[in-house]
Amino acid sequence: MNLALSDEQVFLREAARGALSRFKTVEAAREALDSDQSALPDLWPMATEAGWPGLLIDDAHGGAGLDVFDAMLVLGECGRVLAGVPLLGHLPATAILGSASAGGDLLAPLASGEKRAAYLPAEPPGEIESGWTCDPARGLARAELPTVGADGTVSGHVAFVPDAPGADVLVGVGLEDGSPVGFAVESGAAGLEVEDVMRYDATRRLGHVTLSATPATVLDASADDLASAWYLAQALIAAESIGSVETALDVSVAYAKERHTFGRAIGSYQAVKHSLTEVLRQLDNGRSLLYYAGWARNGSPGEFPLAASAARSVSSRALDYAARAMISVHGGIGATWEHDAPLYFRRAQLSRRLLGGSSGATDRVAGELLAGASA
Amino acid sequence: MDLDDTPDQAAYRAQVRAWLDQNKGSAPVLQGEGALTDEDEIVAARRAWQGKLAEAGLAGVTWPKEFGGQGLGPIEQVICNQEIARAKVPGILDAIGVGMLGPTIIAHGADEQKTRYLGAMLHGDEVWCQLFSEPAAGSDLAAVQTRARRQDDGTWRLSGQKVWTTNAQFASYGLLLARTDADVPKHKGMTMFIVPMDAEGVTVRGLRQISGEAEFNEVFFDDVALDDGAVVGGVGNGWGTALTTLMYERVTIGLGGEGMGYNSTRFAGAIAGDEAARRDPEVRHQLGEIASELLAVRFTGYRTLTALQKGQIPGPEAGLAKVTIVNGAIRAGDLIADVLGPDALDEDSDWAYMISFLPGLKSAGGTEEILRNTVGERVLGLPPEPRLDKGIPFSELRSKEGAAA
Repeated sequence: MNLALSDEQVFLREAARGALSRFKTVEAAREALDSDQSALPDLWPMATEAGWPGLLIDDAHGGAGLDVFDAMLVLGECGRVLAGVPLLGHLPATAILGSASAGGDLLAPLASGEKRAAYLPAEPPGEIESGWTCDPARGLARAELPTVGADGTVSGHVAFVPDAPGADVLVGVGLEDGSPVGFAVESGAAGLEVEDVMRYDATRRLGHVTLSATPATVLDASADDLASAWYLAQALIAAESIGSVETALDVSVAYAKERHTFGRAIGSYQAVKHSLTEVLRQLDNGRSLLYYAGWARNGSPGEFPLAASAARSVSSRALDYAARAMISVHGGIGATWEHDAPLYFRRAQLSRRLLGGSSGATDRVAGELLAGASA
Repeated sequence: MDLDDTPDQAAYRAQVRAWLDQNKGSAPVLQGEGALTDEDEIVAARRAWQGKLAEAGLAGVTWPKEFGGQGLGPIEQVICNQEIARAKVPGILDAIGVGMLGPTIIAHGADEQKTRYLGAMLHGDEVWCQLFSEPAAGSDLAAVQTRARRQDDGTWRLSGQKVWTTNAQFASYGLLLARTDADVPKHKGMTMFIVPMDAEGVTVRGLRQISGEAEFNEVFFDDVALDDGAVVGGVGNGWGTALTTLMYERVTIGLGGEGMGYNSTRFAGAIAGDEAARRDPEVRHQLGEIASELLAVRFTGYRTLTALQKGQIPGPEAGLAKVTIVNGAIRAGDLIADVLGPDALDEDSDWAYMISFLPGLKSAGGTEEILRNTVGERVLGLPPEPRLDKGIPFSELRSKEGAAA
C-alpha cells in the first residue's frame, strides 16, 4: 500500500509551482477579460523548458515517459493559479498518437514542444448513448462524430475543443463505416477551419473545429485507446479543478481569520466555519479520486473509466462549491472585479460544461456501476 | 503508487488467511441458513469465537506482546480485518474494549490493572463497555455530571447516568468518566474509573431506536461503591485519559466505514435490477453523485493507511470521511427506497434497518456539527467560537448558562 507521492513527484510538483510563479497568471486572467486573449502570457515556452509537452510520450520519441498521475500533478499546479497552459488539449492527443504506429513520426516535435497538439474530444458509448458522440455547439443532445471517408479524408464538426486555436496538429476520433478510428490533421490542411471561441473564462482557449473533406492521417489506435483519451481528459480537468479549489480554500480561510464582525473573526462563526470545512471535505474527496484515477490507469485499466469519471464529477462540484464559498466568505467585495474570486467562479462555470460536462461524468459513474452490477 | 502488500504484509496476510480457512467452520453463524437467533446464545458464541481469534493472534494485533497482543502495526490490524471480512465470519465481539478501552488502560492504567483486566478482555472472557456520554454531555463530553465522591476511607461512591452504551447489557466492566471535583473548571475535575457492571446500584436499561431494536443502553448508577484501585490514570486526569480513548475511536471509525457495507457497488446493485430506474436520468445522477463520494472515501482510507504505514497518526480530518459515508448512505437509502417503493421499508428488506440506523449514526462519535467545528479549528486553523465555560468552576456553570439564555 503506497499512495504517497514519490520524491520525483514532489520535485515535479514543486518545480511546476516555481515555474508558474514567474508569471502573473491570475492578473492576466482578469486583464484578458477586459481586452482579449492576446493579453495572456504565452506559457508554452516555459512548459517546453520544463518538459511538460512530452510528459506522456515515451522516451524513444523524446518524451519523459511519465504516468497520467504525474501529468495530473502539473495540471493541478496550473489550476492553482488559473494558468492557461494548453496541456488539456495536448496531452490526450499525444496519448492517442503514442498508441498508433503512424503516430510515431508526429511525436518527436510534439515531445520537444516545437509543435503543439490538441485533442478533439470524443465520448465513448455508454449505457444510454449507444454510439460515440462529441459535445454539441449548443443544447443538450450529443453531437455526431466526424466521418472518415474511404479516401482518408475527414468531414464534420467538433465544438468547444480545448486549446485548438494555434495547435499544429489536431487528433480526434471519427467514424468509418460506423466504427471509431483515430485520425490526425495538421494545421493548414485543406478544408480545416478552427474558429476561435472565448466563453466566460479568458484563460481557456477554445475552438469550434470544422473539417470538410480534410486530408488526414488515419491512426490504428484501438477503440480502447481512443476511449482512454476521453477519460484521460476527464482526469486532467479534474486535477486542474482540484488545484483551483486549493487556492479558493487557502484564500477564503486566510480572510476568515483576519476579517472581524461583531467583535470576532468571521471564521469563528459556525456558518462560515462549516462552509469552509465543506470545501475541505469536497477537496479531500476529489484528491482521493485523483489518486484512484492515477492508480487505475495502469494498476487496473478496467476501472479507469469509473475512476476518472468519479474524479471529474466530484472535482467539478468541489470547484463550484469552493468558488461560491470564496465569494460569500468575502462578502460583497468577493463578487467584484477587485477580487480574484470571480475569476475562480468563471473557471468553475466553464469547466463544468466542457468535455461532456460534469453531469455527463456523473452519469458515466452510474452507468459503469450499473453495468458492473448486472454483469 | 500501488495498492499492493509489501512482502512482509503479504506473508502476514497469507498466514491470517490460512488460519481462517482452517477454522472458519467453527465461527458462529449470524446470517442466513442455520443462523443463531437467541441473544444469549449469540453473545456466548461470539465470546468463544473471540477467544479463538485471540489464541491465534487475530485479536489485539497492535497490542504489545506482554499483554497478549502481537505487537504489530495498524496495517496488520487492517489486513486482519480485511481477511476476517473476506472469510465472511464475525470479527471480535468486544471491538470497543479491544480497539479503544484496552489501549487506554495500556497507556494510562496501573500495572495491577493491566495484569488483572487486559488478558480477560482480549479473550472475550470479560466484555467491556464505554461509559462516557450522558444525556447532557455528548458533543460537549467534558460536561459530564455523573459524580464520584471520595469517602473518608479512600473508597468512592458513584451516582449518575450514562447513555448510548453499546454492549452494557452483557458487559462485565465499564470504563467510566466521572466528575470528581466540581469546584475547578470542567476539563480539570474529572477522573476515569473501572466499574464492575454487576456492582450493587448499577442498572442497565435497553434504549430502543428507530429500527425498534435496542442496540444501546442507558446505565444508571445509584450510590455505587468503588475501591481506590478503580481509578485509571490518576484523580483529576480524566480528560487526558478520555482523549486517548477518543483518538483510538477516530482510528477505528476512520478505517471501518466500508466494512459496514456502505459502498457504491452494493448500492448500485440494489437499483440495477429495475430497468426503468437504470434508464432514469435523475436516478442515474443521484447514484453517480453518491457513488463518486463513496469511492473517494475508499481511497481516503488507502491514503490514511499509507500515512499509518509511515508512522503518522490520522488527525481529526479523518472525521470528514465519516461525514461523507453517513450522508452518502443516507442519500443512497432514500434513492433505493424511491426506486423500490414501500417494500424497501419492509422489516425483512435489506434496507429498512440501514434507513433507520443512519439518522442516529450521524451523531455517533460526535455530531456532524461538532466534527466540523473540530476540523475547522484544528485542520484549517480557524479561530474557535467564544466559550462561556472557560476557566469557570463546573459548579458555577449552570447558573451562568441560565443567565446567558
